[in-house]
Amino acid sequence: MKSMASLVFRGGVHPEYRKELTASLAVVSMPAPAQVVIPLQQHIGAPCEPLVQVGDQVKLGQKIGDSKGFVSAPVHASVSGKVAAIGPYNHPLGRPVQSITIESDGLDTWDQSIKPAGELHELSRDEIRKLVREAGIVGMGGATFPAHVKLAPPPEKPIDTVIINGAECEPYLTADHRLMLEKPGEIIYGLKIMMKALGASRGIIGIENNKPDALRVMRQAVESEPEISVAALHTKYPQGAEKMLIQVTTRRKVPSGGLPMDVGVVNHNVGSAVAMTRALREGKPLIERVVSVTGEGVVRPANLAIRVGTLVSGVLEFCGGLRGNTRKLIIGGPMMGLAQTTADLPVIKGTSGILALTDEDVDLAESSDCIKCAKCVGSCPVYLVPTFIAQAAEHKLFERAEKLHAADCIECGCCTYVCPARIPLTQWIRIAKFEVLERRKQK
Amino acid sequence: MNGKLVLSSSPHIRTIESVRSVMVDVLVALFPVALVAVLLFGHQALVNMAIGVVTAMAVEAIWLRKLDLFGDGSAAVTGLLLAMTLPASAPWWLVVVGAAAAIIIGKQVFGGTGNNIFNPALVGRAILLASWGARLAGPVWPVPKPFNFGVDISAVTTATPLAGQAEALKVTLGQMFVGNVAGALGETSALALLIGGFWLLYKGHIDWRIPGGYIATVFIMGAVFGGGAYLNPLTTGLFHVLAGGVMLGAFFMATDMVTSPVTPAGKLVFGVGCGLFTMLVRLFGAYPEGVTFGILIMNALTPIIDNLTIPRKFGEVKKSA
Ligand code: SF4
Ligand code: SF4
Repeated sequence: MKSMASLVFRGGVHPEYRKELTASLAVVSMPAPAQVVIPLQQHIGAPCEPLVQVGDQVKLGQKIGDSKGFVSAPVHASVSGKVAAIGPYNHPLGRPVQSITIESDGLDTWDQSIKPAGELHELSRDEIRKLVREAGIVGMGGATFPAHVKLAPPPEKPIDTVIINGAECEPYLTADHRLMLEKPGEIIYGLKIMMKALGASRGIIGIENNKPDALRVMRQAVESEPEISVAALHTKYPQGAEKMLIQVTTRRKVPSGGLPMDVGVVNHNVGSAVAMTRALREGKPLIERVVSVTGEGVVRPANLAIRVGTLVSGVLEFCGGLRGNTRKLIIGGPMMGLAQTTADLPVIKGTSGILALTDEDVDLAESSDCIKCAKCVGSCPVYLVPTFIAQAAEHKLFERAEKLHAADCIECGCCTYVCPARIPLTQWIRIAKFEVLERRKQK
Repeated sequence: MNGKLVLSSSPHIRTIESVRSVMVDVLVALFPVALVAVLLFGHQALVNMAIGVVTAMAVEAIWLRKLDLFGDGSAAVTGLLLAMTLPASAPWWLVVVGAAAAIIIGKQVFGGTGNNIFNPALVGRAILLASWGARLAGPVWPVPKPFNFGVDISAVTTATPLAGQAEALKVTLGQMFVGNVAGALGETSALALLIGGFWLLYKGHIDWRIPGGYIATVFIMGAVFGGGAYLNPLTTGLFHVLAGGVMLGAFFMATDMVTSPVTPAGKLVFGVGCGLFTMLVRLFGAYPEGVTFGILIMNALTPIIDNLTIPRKFGEVKKSA
């Protein structure tokens, strides 16, 4: 089993990890706020319709939004209280999204629907999928793909392996790291839930080797689990990207344009595993998640268990506020997160981090002409030639961009990170990818 | 705080490397080469290299109408490399003309750093070759006087090992490896070039495929077609690697980022092509040395090579699978 760990994916970068800001801080529960804002879209797929009206009383854990779409996930009240407003509200995606504002009554009265679902061995595959769907669980690493969809692959795609992504390769973030240290049992139970739902015989937990304590704890926790192994992964960004993670743990390559299930694999994030465990054992939907509030701009960095819908401004206040030299506020990590102009927006299911970067970290240098150093080429984990795609996008040559495989870009940001000429390659390639995919749709 | 939060697309952190830091690294890599040049050829080497660097930087600053003399550092690299391709006895004006031509004709007319097609230093050298060829051909190369800073190096000149009959010159391969032979300032010491080259490899600024392909091709062609110029095919191959500008060309000229391919396969093709043309000139051409033209020809082919060697994307479905 050890030999697996030595496999390395090609490309990638080694940014400064800066995890020491929060890595040793145990998760603290942030008190529920007086008001939460629950966006009706916190996932990839069809947005939810509200199930409540302004003025309604809601209980903690009550489903308040749902959709008939298969690729979708319901949303739940994360406090008990009164629906104060339903309307557009700022969202991490950078545009307002229909959201339900609830004023808390401070009582945290659970909805009567919240009860344990039973033991894993008593539940059928379909029951598990339904429970996961009803709990509103999505990919919590930031991709926010509805989790139940990944538990229901078409019958012609048998799954033999489930991988839990504990790589946490984004710099600064430590939420998954803390979960592995503090809730190993819940992670493993979550993995078993997935394996059962998929009929998979093998579970792998992949962890970057810059987290030796997490590796030790998880290894201990799987000692009596013959079907589950822990893989130590090289510390290299983007080790946690689906294709890279699957390649190094199983030696299988997800085909271009394909999905992990094409190679018999399903992968989920550590946080999603914990959420599934809670959905089964306690009947609790996804109304709370662990968030790393970090970066040199945060006065008191922390790993916090935060109710979904808590405003980022409130979280920052809880952490002592932002320093004066804060230059960027990011939801997510520094490589793939989304920069914000305001803190008046809610924490959602996919919020893995709230990151405040200071003048020192933010490089505002102007870009210069490409010197063709090929560093972007060497850094691309999916073997693209970023400089050429960016050039094609700049000149609106989208057919050329397509020939250069722009659609395969995983938007990891490595190329932009390494570029000595400071060219925003990823930004250009994103434009190219969007255009290419649009054109394919039209065909 | 809202007023000063910056909005931009991910990633939000950047490497500390810049074009300037990369160029500084190249200059650092050239330091051992420059040092050996001064040890072998004395003060004239130092003066010529300084003239090359200062001229290149000044011409670029004037052309771009900027006060920052060092700029992105690429002019200094070009000026130094140009000086390194000339003999220690080259008159100051030759270095000035070469460096100015390298910057203006080799780079700025194409649109500046990043946009030139040909290696600027080699363009400068080619122009000198075309205009004052006599000063760069024949027995005009000072014989090194190691550790004799201050003597007039031009007093005793000879032909380079390539131009003359190596054996007749009684030059050993060991001598050539250290650099104690007649030749251009920066090309004689394979040892110093290897030190600098390996440092650039370590820093990730150059790819082994270019020097690797180049040197391997020169060696093989030298061994096969070198015609017993030396003791046996292997030493003849080695002779061709160590003689003339191959090592300087392979590690510092062909690897010029702007004018070489960006794809891994393209870099290998490029390196092999440089070796091929270098040897074609050496073995069958009118000049004794083919490094300059070999690399310039491959520079011209670079866009085509890049387009033909776009890598297969991750997980591209193979026909057989
Ligand atoms: S890293 Fe930047 S400068 Fe280097 S080749 Fe890519 S785009 Fe050009
Ligand atoms: S091209 Fe896309 S996948 Fe490749 S390094 Fe850049 S962002 Fe990552």
